[in-house]
Amino acid sequence: MKYLDEYRDGPLAQQLAREIHRLTTRPWTIMEVCGGQTHAIVKFGIDELLPPAITLLHGPGCPVCVTSLELIDQALEIAARPEVIFTSFGDMLRVPGSTTDLLSVKARGGDVRMVYSPLDAVKLAQQNPQREVVFFGVGFETTAPATAMAVYSAAQHGLRNFFLLTSHVLVPPAITALMTSADSRVQAFLAAGHVCAVMGYEEYYPLVRQHQVPMVVTGFEPLDILQGILMVIQQLETGRAEVENQYTRAVRREGNLPAQSLLRRVFRVVSRKWRGMGEIPQSGLGLTEEFASFDAARKFGLADHQVEEPATCIAGLVLQGRKKPHECPAFGKECTPEHPLGATMVSSEGACAAYFRYRRSPLETTMPA
Amino acid sequence: MCLAIPGKIETISGEDPLTRMGRVNFGGVVKEASLAYVPEAQVGEYVIVHAGFALSKVDESEAQKVFGYLRQMQELADLEEGAP
Ligand code: SF4
Repeated sequence: MKYLDEYRDGPLAQQLAREIHRLTTRPWTIMEVCGGQTHAIVKFGIDELLPPAITLLHGPGCPVCVTSLELIDQALEIAARPEVIFTSFGDMLRVPGSTTDLLSVKARGGDVRMVYSPLDAVKLAQQNPQREVVFFGVGFETTAPATAMAVYSAAQHGLRNFFLLTSHVLVPPAITALMTSADSRVQAFLAAGHVCAVMGYEEYYPLVRQHQVPMVVTGFEPLDILQGILMVIQQLETGRAEVENQYTRAVRREGNLPAQSLLRRVFRVVSRKWRGMGEIPQSGLGLTEEFASFDAARKFGLADHQVEEPATCIAGLVLQGRKKPHECPAFGKECTPEHPLGATMVSSEGACAAYFRYRRSPLETTMPA
Repeated sequence: MCLAIPGKIETISGEDPLTRMGRVNFGGVVKEASLAYVPEAQVGEYVIVHAGFALSKVDESEAQKVFGYLRQMQELADLEEGAP
């Protein structure tokens, strides 16, 4: 496929890796924020091409993984109601709440459906006027424009049976939270290319200035990721901390202006609890007053409740890059994709799932410290 | 979740910028995608699609840059090797 295969060229990847080897004189710790990049790194063995001095930490960039247990429990409660058609992306359906998951609710008779686009949920609402259609919107800034358009078009069509349960989260506040935590080991970031395709990367300049960490907007294919790492190493080795853009074929500095304008109209920034990371101020999206009638939490009068994470699961540490998945005692034993204990084992972007899929043998899982 | 893939716009339907749809070809698999966020995109151009929405146009000349960079690097290395 054009713009895909050419970025997976093995010899060119080797060439970039050689250049990284040549430039690296000291140990460096780099975090890729996005779970899609984590997946590509583990799948293509990009970390294994790097000099042992470079440690890649996997970040919190898996929206399904960071959706709070409380919110998943609320979703389960709504999905079990007989009048409701409950929709979300496929990954979300298998994430364990505190007692069960959405697929089990479906097995017990709940009308739970997987959709490809939030617009499909709006269509369902049009086709089923006697039912209440709820879309569980999860994702970063990449996905938020799709959800915003679904809400907007439900309003345009005068729909009164479409509702949004929102779990949308924002990347820059999470980076800030990681950088301000006392024991942060991260010296540079690969910023998520598709988040920046929507939001641009103006927001990163103050972050880079404040924390003196290089930040390179990076794409998702092996050559992109290797070039992103090379650009980061060039900065680290010369003592620079700047915002750079590797993914220029898809990301402009100002981002996607029409998308941002609809985002601002439909959503407002709210505080949000991240699974495994706790409450992060100004890190989520809730509906604005204009669209508040589409708010599922308001419609179904959901009470806030607190639940504890299962003690065996260390997904919180995995999401913050403090532990690698195979360091979890449950990894591959009590916890597998078929019987996940934590969300990071479910989502295709979760680090635990990526390691389970591509790094099962203990030999291969040994990473340079 | 942030997985978004490049595809080529084959046809465009609708005039209203907010409801403009395109049929986008991803290496043989054709899907409908909203073009609401890429009002400038035309038939034959490549867009990056996520959750049914085109999020940005692929810039052809920028797309070539990494390959140009790698070629240069290789030529430099060859030069150095060739030096006495
Ligand atoms: S392997 Fe399973 S139990 Fe361990 S951190 Fe990952 S999701 Fe949690």
